[in-house]
Amino acid sequence: MTARAAAAVPGTATRGTTPRAPAAAARATTRPASSRRRQDLLVSRALLWPALVVAVVLTQVPMLATVYYSFQEWNLLRPGQRGFAGFGNYAKVLSDGSFLSSLGSTVLVTGSAVVGATLLGLLFAVLLDRKFAGRSVARTLMITPFLVMPAAAALIWKWSILDVTYGMANWFLSLVGIGPVAWNTELPALTVIAVLIWQYTPFAMLILLAGLQSQSREVLEAAGVDGAGPWRTFTAITLPHLRQYVEITVLLATILLLQVFDPVAIMTKGTGGSKTLSYLLYERAFVGLEVGEAAAYGVMTVIVTILVATVALRTLFKVFSAEGLMNR
Amino acid sequence: MTSILPGPVTTRARQAARRPRAVTRRTRDLLLTTVTWLAVLAFFFPVLWMVLTAFKPENQAATLPPTFWPDVTLDRFAAVFERGMTPYLINSASASIGSTLLVLALAIPAAYALSIRPVRNVRDPLFFLISTKFMPVAASIIPVYLLLQSVGGLDNVTWLTILYVGVNLPIAVWMMRSFLAEVPREIIEAAQMDGAGLRTEIFRVVLPIVLPGVAAAGLICFIFAWNEFFLANLLTSQIARTTPPVLGSFVDGRGQFLSILSAASTVAIIPVVIAGWVAQKQLVRGLAMGAIK
Repeated sequence: MTARAAAAVPGTATRGTTPRAPAAAARATTRPASSRRRQDLLVSRALLWPALVVAVVLTQVPMLATVYYSFQEWNLLRPGQRGFAGFGNYAKVLSDGSFLSSLGSTVLVTGSAVVGATLLGLLFAVLLDRKFAGRSVARTLMITPFLVMPAAAALIWKWSILDVTYGMANWFLSLVGIGPVAWNTELPALTVIAVLIWQYTPFAMLILLAGLQSQSREVLEAAGVDGAGPWRTFTAITLPHLRQYVEITVLLATILLLQVFDPVAIMTKGTGGSKTLSYLLYERAFVGLEVGEAAAYGVMTVIVTILVATVALRTLFKVFSAEGLMNR
Repeated sequence: MTSILPGPVTTRARQAARRPRAVTRRTRDLLLTTVTWLAVLAFFFPVLWMVLTAFKPENQAATLPPTFWPDVTLDRFAAVFERGMTPYLINSASASIGSTLLVLALAIPAAYALSIRPVRNVRDPLFFLISTKFMPVAASIIPVYLLLQSVGGLDNVTWLTILYVGVNLPIAVWMMRSFLAEVPREIIEAAQMDGAGLRTEIFRVVLPIVLPGVAAAGLICFIFAWNEFFLANLLTSQIARTTPPVLGSFVDGRGQFLSILSAASTVAIIPVVIAGWVAQKQLVRGLAMGAIK
């Protein structure tokens, strides 16, 4: 476990990757013919290209088509009246209030779920890092929500946990004298956020736990010897060490949750401030059958996502250069 | 807590000073363990409750107060399969296993090229691949849907499998790359010195070392494909329907449905949950590695 944990630390991983540069240099000098090297490169390309081509065809081509559609006047109910629309669809998207309100919902749902899952994940990571009776069973139980099919999780939470009459949440609340809350109808956005936090806390916990385990025991012990209490050790040593791991958690969870669709479609159908961008454009395309307009929503969603992702990528880039791969 | 033990005053005094500390420390440990377990069980409760509800007869599922000791029955599981769950499970299995195998077949060579072979630019392909994950699937679904509609590819497991390859390929390449980066270079160079061809180098030398990594990447692709809802819901209807979009149909507007819904959900989550539990180490490793490196 310790070797693995050490391997997961970006800093130590550098050791594994740096010897490559001198080795490659040595190879280049010992091998007489540069033709051999060129052949090497060709083989590398042959290994790499199939994956890249498949990725381009399956993800980039549809995206380009979406951009093209977004400039078209095209409703599936009136296939005859297809034509160039210029920026008409975009004007419609921006003048219609639903894009902005949906953007707000996306930020609210994604933001609360990411923050909630990261904080809870940190709490559970700290609790489960201690040695205690049945730790491995506890860890196994803890990762389960992440494994549960999101569709099943959404349905069980909606009908079995959050139902106003028979839901377990209200039953537990009634034990402490709080009256029934109509979660599904009064607080739809909150129900979506609750399920998302429940599903992503284990994800955050796993990454943060790896971070905790990669701490050097000596430093922690030294802090103890120097008279630092557990709290002081945690805030002065553990938290700064975890910073990078927290960043990665937030970043990955944000990327995953920006696209969230399942609980919205299953639990709320976008009511009460839970209509995220993914759900909005699904609704426009497959309920409204407005291909052009929905495509414009799609392009706008991608632009928003790219803005967020640029920040995310920059962080990833930093981590990446810390790993030493950039120096090659 | 001041138990008086026979002995010299000095020892007793020292014990008195030491004991409370030891005791409070143990109490604190016990308290922390209890809190941990309570928190974990509270977190796990929805799953536990779902499984328990699945074994209840329908009239004990939605009651007030809740039924904690029901008349255990398998009747609702039988009802799930009577409603024709089997073909959906088979579709889910073929789309998930098929796409996972295809993803690995594409991702391993690519990751190999990116981590071990001398490629001039490692960063661009890697960032290109991960950037495809930033794009919401929903944004590119319209042309995919229209294309499949025009070629008669809707409600078809093969097409769904191919689309899942696109969804999971980037993750698999990233994960495999970080696992391959850990293979000691000396081993590969030794094999090359011995005149091993590329095929021997990959299959005989490198793959056995990274087999746990392959398992981790495969498991994570399988989980994502098995649980996928958006594409399955949109692109399949009857013949190729997979499990996730079917679950909602167990919600019945008129009668009681909580037991059968729980039974269907339990059946749906079992393969992934069991696989995840059994391969926990690989899963943790895969997520941590894929995330961190």
